[in-house]
Amino acid sequence: MGAALCCTCTMGVLQLWAPQRAACIRKGCDVKLIIAAIKPFKLEEVREALTAIGVRGMMVTEIKGFGTQSGHTEIYRGAEYAVNFVPKVKLELVVSDSMADQVVETIRSTATTGKIGDGKIFVLDVDAAVRVRTGETDDNAL
Amino acid sequence: MHKSLKIAGCSTLVVSLLAALPVWAQDAAATVTEVVEAAAPVAVPTDMVFIMNSFIMLLGGILVFWMAAGFAMLEAGLVRSKNVTMQLVKNIGLFASACFVYYLVGYSIMYPGDGWLIDGVFGKFGPAVLEVVGLTADAASDYSYASTSSDFFFQVMFCATTASIVSGTIAERMKLSSFLVFTVLLAAFIYPVQASWKWGGGFLDQQGFIDFAGSTVVHSVGGWAALMGALILGPRLGKYKDGKVVAMPGSNLPLAFLGTFILWMGWFGFNGASQLALSSVGDAADVGRVMANTNAGAVGGALTALILTGLLYKKVDLTMVLNGALAGLVSVTAEPLTPGLGGASLIGAVGGVIVVFAIPLLDKLKIDDVVGAIPVHLFAGIWGTIAVVFTNPDASLFIQLKAIVVVGAFVIVTSGVLWFVIKSVMGLRVSAEDEYKGLDKSELGMESYPEFGGR
Repeated sequence: MGAALCCTCTMGVLQLWAPQRAACIRKGCDVKLIIAAIKPFKLEEVREALTAIGVRGMMVTEIKGFGTQSGHTEIYRGAEYAVNFVPKVKLELVVSDSMADQVVETIRSTATTGKIGDGKIFVLDVDAAVRVRTGETDDNAL
Repeated sequence: MHKSLKIAGCSTLVVSLLAALPVWAQDAAATVTEVVEAAAPVAVPTDMVFIMNSFIMLLGGILVFWMAAGFAMLEAGLVRSKNVTMQLVKNIGLFASACFVYYLVGYSIMYPGDGWLIDGVFGKFGPAVLEVVGLTADAASDYSYASTSSDFFFQVMFCATTASIVSGTIAERMKLSSFLVFTVLLAAFIYPVQASWKWGGGFLDQQGFIDFAGSTVVHSVGGWAALMGALILGPRLGKYKDGKVVAMPGSNLPLAFLGTFILWMGWFGFNGASQLALSSVGDAADVGRVMANTNAGAVGGALTALILTGLLYKKVDLTMVLNGALAGLVSVTAEPLTPGLGGASLIGAVGGVIVVFAIPLLDKLKIDDVVGAIPVHLFAGIWGTIAVVFTNPDASLFIQLKAIVVVGAFVIVTSGVLWFVIKSVMGLRVSAEDEYKGLDKSELGMESYPEFGGR
């Protein structure tokens, strides 16, 4: 019973998405996903700068990773060990196409220290966005 | 009564001598008269002797009890978060088991009085028995000294301390049941038998062995048992890989710090109350001297570990500084009375050096000691036992070394046999899968930090 309900539910969402996705393909997607990995201590500064230009939401995750800034070694009780993954903060923002460049530039200029390990920013097309409370889609869901 | 009068008389004499020291001062004679008048000798009533001696052991017992919390916090901080609950379970489990069996058999084995089964070697069997309720002077078994109940309360905490030492070394890989079986037999037999040789008035005591509060009797015994456990149990999985030591950083350094300072505080009772008396001017001053020296030893150990790790590794290693303080404490435990503050600091400082070099050495030998209990309690315990000869003219190096060897051999053999028997009968280690998962989840199904992390 539970499985059946769930299935219906999923189908409902798919049906909701279908016309939007078609529109998206026709005129080019109007919603972008911006993923940025930045230095953790820059998070608050970046958040302030982003809200100042009108960003209304973001997702934040504490992550570890490596890039150009490879790891380093530490010593614990006389034993050397490699710290291969450096702590970073991952931001995920879904914004309208028109804002994307400005958001990327704001993150870049705020999060930069000029040193290796400042992070990366990626921009992806979003197939669909839905607001859970109202069912609004894409731009209206942001 | 006679004894207390003598003590009071002695103290007056000492005060007079001290006052007479500045004989070159012009008013020396006047000072002596004044001091003698001010310190008119008053005998300490025998009731008061009984009360104060009992009191210092009760106070000491409370402080040594608190060391159990210190061990638990230190170990909880130095194991990985997936094994913290198990470490705490082992600590309360060992404490309760050790206290229970010490009551059942340990106390009588350790303090047989005149009832030795084998004179000076093995005490008597039987549970500990306290005085009647509402004891009166004429019914007291030792009216001129102290109550049996305060003595038992103090001594049972020492037994639990010895048992506490083992759990840190064998952490993160041993089954709870096997560990508790070992603890029971350590606290019921291994500890009390060898402790009777010194503190019960056995053969080592008769030969002039000096161990004030137990660098050998307590700490090295726990250390030997831990060493045998680490050897027979083997290292944690993944600790030594491709000829390299894999660091496994502890889960919570603030807890390790707090645990160390709780132990440090408890040590004032451990050593201070081991004076076993507070009924004369001399006792009061000695207890103070022991506590001040105990602190000095910890300070010496912490400072050398701080400086050495800073020099050797370019960055100070907190966990080793904490171990250094504890090694300093263990080092002064065999003789915290006769050194001066400088001497006690130096004795402790050597303990700190021992720790900084012994921890990597054990790793080279692939002996996995999670919290550093072997360097702290065994190596520093041996050093402290030897160091007695530097400040106490009554100590003989030969006898000190003999006691180290005799007690060491006894514990190596008995604990080694015990570990092997437990290993063959019930097994020592959890399965590899359970070890990777963490003992909290696999053996207990209860995590210390269930709301954090994906581990």
